[in-house]
Amino acid sequence: MTAVIAAEALEKRYGDVAAVDGISFEVQAGEAFGLLGPNGAGKSTTMRMLGAVSSRTGGTLSILGLDPDRSGPEIRAQLGVVPQTDNLDRELRVRDNLLVYGRYFGMSRRDLGPRADALLEFAQLADRAKAKVDELSGGMKRRLTIARALVNDPRILLLDEPTTGLDPQARHILWDRLFRLKEQGTTLVLTTHYMDEAEQLCDRLVVVDKGVIMAEGSPAELIARYSSREVLEVRFGSEHNVRVAEQLTGLGDRVEVLPDRILVYTDNGERELAAIVGQGLSPITSLVRRSSLEDVFLRLTGRSLVE
Amino acid sequence: MTTVLGAPVDHAEAARRARRWGFWYATEHRLLGMRAYAGTILAATFGNPVIYLFALGVGLASLVDRSAGEITADGHGYLTFVAPALLGIAAVTAAMDESTYAVMAGFKWDATYFAMNAAPLSPAQIATGNVLVVVLRLLAACTVYHLFLLAFGAVPSPLGWLTILAATLGGTAVAACLVAFSSSLKGEDSPLALVMRFVITPMMLFSGTFFPLASLPLFLQPIGWVSPLWHATELGRVFNYGMVEPIWLTAAHVLYLLAVIAIGWMLAVRITRRRLGG
Repeated sequence: MTAVIAAEALEKRYGDVAAVDGISFEVQAGEAFGLLGPNGAGKSTTMRMLGAVSSRTGGTLSILGLDPDRSGPEIRAQLGVVPQTDNLDRELRVRDNLLVYGRYFGMSRRDLGPRADALLEFAQLADRAKAKVDELSGGMKRRLTIARALVNDPRILLLDEPTTGLDPQARHILWDRLFRLKEQGTTLVLTTHYMDEAEQLCDRLVVVDKGVIMAEGSPAELIARYSSREVLEVRFGSEHNVRVAEQLTGLGDRVEVLPDRILVYTDNGERELAAIVGQGLSPITSLVRRSSLEDVFLRLTGRSLVE
Repeated sequence: MTTVLGAPVDHAEAARRARRWGFWYATEHRLLGMRAYAGTILAATFGNPVIYLFALGVGLASLVDRSAGEITADGHGYLTFVAPALLGIAAVTAAMDESTYAVMAGFKWDATYFAMNAAPLSPAQIATGNVLVVVLRLLAACTVYHLFLLAFGAVPSPLGWLTILAATLGGTAVAACLVAFSSSLKGEDSPLALVMRFVITPMMLFSGTFFPLASLPLFLQPIGWVSPLWHATELGRVFNYGMVEPIWLTAAHVLYLLAVIAIGWMLAVRITRRRLGG
């Protein structure tokens, strides 16, 4: 495998503040790579550096074998970028958004026509070609932004929170389109707040917090390393959880008390539940579930609200 | 390999073209966007000359000429005197259309400049496109205006068509500064309203447009000297009816306007680079 992105001690400082504080990672060709982290973790800043639009203040960065500080246009000619907020031109119609974007890559109008039609087909927007952008739903706008990012047949597609704000149907359509691109060999680099999205799409990911990498691996590896196979969730009422939890020490690998419930991280949730009931305790509700990336994420980045 | 999305793209060639022609691709985008408000552009391009020429040519000019005895514009009459100014004012008005809210939209409301920059276009090319699109619109609008002026008999000199270039230079000078200013606005657009009210409107009135700058008290005349509109209007008068002035002054008008364009453009490039690359 060849690394299409290689970051070594990558750093971006704004005065005294380090938005990205010396992170190192590689992305292989054809891989779907995720950057996970809470708000303000440095994901978007990293994405802007990977997109060769924001220069680094330290470390080294190589994208497709080129240095973004010297070869910005050469790199960007090979990238597709889906930003966090759609930046479509609302004065242009749907198809014109693709045509005008294709011109940025020096493509002729003759070549662009069929390509725009194919992209609209791919994005399930063929019947909206002449619509105004404002007439599209959020999901449609997102798909149009992705279609636009593909106009130059990119080797790497950078997606910054591609499905934020979309309803479940729109998210699933979008995931399907991204899967197809991955099958086709396009390298995907994405940031997301949705752990199910990361599990669905990413071969490998890094969890970033406060500008540094907290963990790296495939979703399954991270779950195995930082969580247990199963999680038992029990509720005794918010006034009783803390007191009851003291009686549960020693259960499973780890017990975590939240205001509304108690989590028992374990290999066998049913066995722990039986043990709890065996102690004469009767939870109001109980749930045994598989451990997820969300458990890993919250363990690594904490549960306090970041705004 | 041909993908489901069409033939592969030669990325090296795409980068080469973008490095060379990126400024034009940015201009093209803006030109295409004009289709959305083409009605307004056409109304301004054709409506303004009609309104102003009837008001000033048929109305005010007859009054001025009757009382002053057609002494203005070396005996050609008030309309001929004011014609280059009207052209200049039309240019400044059209320049404002393209270099204020349109530019703010690109940075803030639609953020299309970020999309351009995510493609191979550089901030400098995007800023250049913003200025170049004004030049093209001004050339077209001023040409139409000039035809109206011809029809109203307000262009006595055979060199009168050069007034189009003078007005375009003046409008572009204002536009370059406004592009830079609008590019710097991160909050709301209210500073633009202030600029229009307290900079552009006084400039239109006190730039030797409707009366010679020399009629103003000396302490007000510097408004004209720094105003691109005064330089464009005086230059236009030289072309329109052969107004006599020293050749160095005519050259100074051109150089001043070019200098303002260069400074405005450089500032626009710098601000665009800072905003897109932060």
